[in-house]
Amino acid sequence: MSVFVQIALAVLLLSSVLCLHRIGRGPSAPDRTVAIDILGTLVVGFCCVMALTTKQEYYMNIAIAWALISFVGTLALAKYLEGRSYDA
Amino acid sequence: MLENFFYVFIGVGLVFDLFGCIGLVRLPDVYNRAQAATKCVTLGTCMILIGVAGIGFIGANWQMGLKAVICAAFVLLTSPVAAHAICRGAYISGVPLWTGSVEDAFADRAQVIRTQQTTEGSVQSEEAETT
Repeated sequence: MSVFVQIALAVLLLSSVLCLHRIGRGPSAPDRTVAIDILGTLVVGFCCVMALTTKQEYYMNIAIAWALISFVGTLALAKYLEGRSYDA
Repeated sequence: MLENFFYVFIGVGLVFDLFGCIGLVRLPDVYNRAQAATKCVTLGTCMILIGVAGIGFIGANWQMGLKAVICAAFVLLTSPVAAHAICRGAYISGVPLWTGSVEDAFADRAQVIRTQQTTEGSVQSEEAETT
């Protein structure tokens, strides 16, 4: 299954490169925010494939923590885009 | 045999991820990009997580499987909420729709929200001046 894992990592890397392209090109700030959100979700999938490859459970801890922090950061950026204070 | 079934799950999830990111690059508008990328990448990552959970449960690796299930539920709940918040913020901050759009149902409500924000801001600035 090593070929499968290599293909999986390559596909996730290609998806991340497409996200980085949108972060660099994006004409407005919400474009970049959407791309950052999607990149965070891709990193969760990347951690899962790494947990499957190396048989180490701590990659799943990284995935859960990354999903939580990505969600909170995206909500903060969305509040900033909306032009409101963070606690309203 | 059952393990191969979950590897197929992971493969389909990877294809969904790739197509979502292609949509993120190719589509013409913030809102189109947000909906395409969010739907595809949420489903794809959840399928990868469920595949990893299944392989972990088959290999009697209960920790990995349970954590993958928890993470899948969390991604499935939070990713649409985040995308909705971003699109709402984008509309209120004034990003224009694509020229080929045919329906704009949020325009009146967004105008009300903008006027509320400006009045609140003026009240807050007056309070700051008096104090």
